[in-house]
Amino acid sequence: MRLLLRRDLVCQQAVELVTDYLEGTLSRSARRRFEAHLVGCPHCTEYLAQMRETISLTGRLAPEDLTPQMRDEFVDLYRRWRSEQQ
Amino acid sequence: MDSDGELLLRLRAGDERAFVSLVERYHEPMLHLAASFVPSRAVAEEVVQDTWLALLRGLEGFEGRSSLKTWLFRILVNRARTTGTREQRSVPVADPEPAVDPSRFDGSGGWADPPEHWIEVAEGRLEAGKLAYRIRAWIDELPARQRAVVLLRDVEGMSSEEVCTVLALSEGNQRVLLHRGRSRLRQLFEDEFREVR
Repeated sequence: MRLLLRRDLVCQQAVELVTDYLEGTLSRSARRRFEAHLVGCPHCTEYLAQMRETISLTGRLAPEDLTPQMRDEFVDLYRRWRSEQQ
Repeated sequence: MDSDGELLLRLRAGDERAFVSLVERYHEPMLHLAASFVPSRAVAEEVVQDTWLALLRGLEGFEGRSSLKTWLFRILVNRARTTGTREQRSVPVADPEPAVDPSRFDGSGGWADPPEHWIEVAEGRLEAGKLAYRIRAWIDELPARQRAVVLLRDVEGMSSEEVCTVLALSEGNQRVLLHRGRSRLRQLFEDEFREVR
């Protein structure tokens, strides 16, 4: 077993830093520590890739279309508002 | 597709189609966001309807210091907050909520049950059109405040600064909520694709 240095991260700590890492809010030293952990840890590297994929998948949701009926309702709403303006 | 800025100009000139284009762009995202504050879909619809009217009424006064989208979502959130009751019941940000179930780590904090690979399966399912509705459902089940942040940041693609403005959150709290929301979603993807193997 490798000697665990006090400044080494364990996996359970690393997963809590993923968002700060992706947001770019880790200090330079914390960022280095995090990246050093990834180099030696395939599981946390996979975990980070999965967090990136999670963000990417949610970012590709397309808005659902308005129904024609709702579209008409909003045209009405707009016209009522316009007529109040005059 | 016209930018929000162009739509705003056309709307100010009285173009009805510009209004409909904005509604098509933001109505549904606003419904999802409103639902994270109020107890029912019907109330959420009312709040969104009111927000559209408020947009029309406020057009003259809008100075463009924030983007149209930020302004619109902010009106929505302010209205939803005064209407809603759900937020008071939500868990405070200070309560710990681990990103990963602690039982998946060994005594020294290393993975005992490491994450299973699922990325390619998920990509395939999304492309086949079989995943989007599941992701929607998972987001809708997130705790309200996490849901609001995930919707704005990851679904709508707003910056953290814009999200803080819209939701009146500090940068730090925004990041905590984002972290928890994303972590939960990641776990749901893993659970989903572990079952199908």
